[in-house]
Amino acid sequence: MVAERTVPKFDRSSIKITKEEGLMLYEDMVLGRLFEDKCAEMYYRGRMFGFVHLYNGQEAVSTGVIRALRRDEDFVSSTYRDHVHALSAGVPAREVMAELFGKATGCSKGRGGSMHMFSAEHNLLGGYAFVAEGIPVAMGAAFQSKYRREALKDNNADQVTTCFFGDGASNNGQFFECLNMSALWKLPIIYVVENNKWAIGMAHDRATSQPEIYKKASVFDMEGYEVDGMDVLAVRDVAQKAIARARAGEGPTLIEALTYRFRGHSLADPDELRSEKEKEFWASKDPIKKLAKDLTNMGLVVSEELKAIEEKVQAIVNDAVEFAENSPEPDPDELRRYVFAED
Amino acid sequence: MAETLMFNALREATDEEMARDNTVFVLGEDVGHYGGSYKVTKGLYEKYGEFRVLDTPIAENSFSGLAVGAAMTGLRPIIEGMNMGFLLLAFNQIANNAGMLRYTSGGNFKIPMVIRGPGGVGRQLGAEHSQRLEAYFHAVPGLKIVACSTAYNAKGLLKAAIRDENPVLFFEHVLLYNLKDDLPEEEYILPLDKAEVVRKGKDVTVLTYSRMRHHCTQAAKNLEKQGYDPEIIDLISLKPFDMETIRESVKKTHRVIIVEECMKTGGIGAELVALVSEQLFDELDAPVVRLSSQDIPTPYNGKLEALTIVQPQQIVEAIHKVVDSQI
Repeated sequence: MVAERTVPKFDRSSIKITKEEGLMLYEDMVLGRLFEDKCAEMYYRGRMFGFVHLYNGQEAVSTGVIRALRRDEDFVSSTYRDHVHALSAGVPAREVMAELFGKATGCSKGRGGSMHMFSAEHNLLGGYAFVAEGIPVAMGAAFQSKYRREALKDNNADQVTTCFFGDGASNNGQFFECLNMSALWKLPIIYVVENNKWAIGMAHDRATSQPEIYKKASVFDMEGYEVDGMDVLAVRDVAQKAIARARAGEGPTLIEALTYRFRGHSLADPDELRSEKEKEFWASKDPIKKLAKDLTNMGLVVSEELKAIEEKVQAIVNDAVEFAENSPEPDPDELRRYVFAED
Repeated sequence: MAETLMFNALREATDEEMARDNTVFVLGEDVGHYGGSYKVTKGLYEKYGEFRVLDTPIAENSFSGLAVGAAMTGLRPIIEGMNMGFLLLAFNQIANNAGMLRYTSGGNFKIPMVIRGPGGVGRQLGAEHSQRLEAYFHAVPGLKIVACSTAYNAKGLLKAAIRDENPVLFFEHVLLYNLKDDLPEEEYILPLDKAEVVRKGKDVTVLTYSRMRHHCTQAAKNLEKQGYDPEIIDLISLKPFDMETIRESVKKTHRVIIVEECMKTGGIGAELVALVSEQLFDELDAPVVRLSSQDIPTPYNGKLEALTIVQPQQIVEAIHKVVDSQI
C-alpha cells in the first residue's frame, strides 16, 4: 500500500449549514449508496447486464458538488460510473433503474445502459464510457454558456458545467487539452477528478509522474484544489466557491477529490490487487457515517431523523426496482429509432 | 448571376447561415485571424468576432468534442478540418459522440453540426495529407456524409448541411477550390440526400463523386466522339446513397461502373457494389466494375501518385469494355 496522502485541513468552524441542507445532503448520499447496493443485488440475480460500475464510497463527491448546483439549469457530465451522478442531478431513481434493466422507461430508453445515462430534462450530458471522452463534450456545454453570454449578449446565460472523471482520465491528452482551452477562454466549468487511487488495476502512482492531480491546473494558469473526498461538507465548500467563480465569469477550476471505491472497478472485477489494509483504511472514512456524525455533533439532527431518511430512501429504491420490473421492453419496431434527429 | 470560385461559394454559404442564425459558429485551426487555410472563412472573424469564428489550439479530438457538447446544448457548430485527414485524431469524438450519442441517449440530445474541409488526393502532398476519410467514416451510424464537387453544389449543400439537425461530414476536395460557377443571386439550398445526374445517357451508369466527377465528364467528351453515351451520376450523398436515382439509371443502362478516389478495399464503391447487387441484380447485364485508388499510402512522387488514383483514360477504357461486352 502506497502511503495515503494527507488531506487538506478544512476549517469546520466555517461551516454554515441548515438542518434542511444537512438532511438533503444525507438523503442524497444515502440514495446513492442504497441504489448501488440494490444494483449489485440485481446484477447478481441476473436482472441487469453488461459492465456495471458502482459508486459506493465516493458519494460525498457527487452530492457535495452536484447538490451545490442549480438543478436543471447547470450541466453535469459523467463517466461510466454514472448512476449516482444522475441521481444527484435529479434523474428519478425509477428512470435510472429502468435504464439498467434495459427498459423503455429508462432515462436513455433502454439504448444506453449502465454507462450511458442521459437526461436532457435534468441537463445530464451523459455517461461517457471511454475514459476522458466526456471532458471535451462538457467543455462544449460550458463554451455554449460563454457564447450565449459574450456573443449573444444573454446576461442570463450563467450556467455552470461540472465534469466528473477519475484519476485514470487525468493522464489522457483530452484532459490537458481541455484544461488549456478552458483556462484560455475562461469557461464556466469545474473539472472534478475523483481520485480513487485505482484505474481498474493500475495504481495511480504507477501511472503518473505527478500524483497530485490538482497541481496540474497551475501550469494552465488555472485554479486547482485538493479536497477530502470523503467529507461532503468539505467538498461542498470547495464546490460552492468554484461555482461562484465560474458563474461570475472568473473561469474554470480543477478539484481533485481524494476518495475511494468500496467495491471493485466493476461487478466483473475480482478486485485482487487492492490490499485489505488499504480497504480498511478507507472504509473507516465512510462519508455517510461521517456526515451523520457531523450533523449529530452540530446538534442539527437526532439519529431517528437519519433513520427515517434511510427508510424513506430504501422505499424509493425498492419502488424503482418494482417500476423497472413492471416496465415494458423497448418496442422492437423502434429498433432504428433515434439514429437521426427526425426519428 | 455572379461568377464565384468554390472556396468563395463555401464562404458565402457560411456567411449567409451565420447571419441568418446566431447559434451557428465556426471553429478549427486558423479559421479566424488567418481566414482558413483555403480561405473559406476569410473575413468572417472580422464580421462575427472571436466566439463565432473560434481559432482553436491544435487539439482535434478535444475541439471536436467541444463542438458535440455545444451542439447538444443548442448551438450549431461548423468544424473546419484544416485537412480532413487531421480528423483521424478526432475519430473517437466523431464516431462515439457525434455519430452515436443521439441513439445511445435514447433521443435525449440531437447533434446539429457540420464537419467540413478539404479531403482527397492533392498534388504531391504525401500520404497523410491525401486521405479519403469518407470511406473510413462510412460505417459509423448516425452520420450523414456528403461530398460537394462544384461551386454551385458546394454552396447549396453546405447551407443545407448547416440547417440539418444531424451531424454531417462534408467533404470538399483540395484540388477543386478554384472551380468556378455562375451562382444565382437569390438564395438556394440543395437537398443533402439527392444524387445529381451530371450527364444523361443510355449505355452505362457511371457512379462517382467529388473530383472524380470531373475525370468522368472529361472521359465522356472522348467517348461521345466515339459514339458512346454514358450516364454520369454524382452521388453527392455518400451516406445514405440515393438508391432511387441509381435504380432509375440502372434500369435504363443495365451496366454500372463506379469511379472513386478512395481506396478499393472497404471503399465507398465496395458498399455501392453490395447494394446494387442486393437490390438491382436482375437489372444487370454485366458485372459491376470498380475503378478505385490503389490500396497503398499515397506516394509523394508525382508519377507514382498519378498511378495511384484513377485517370480519365482508364475510365474511357473501362466504359469501352463494359459497353462492348455481350450479354
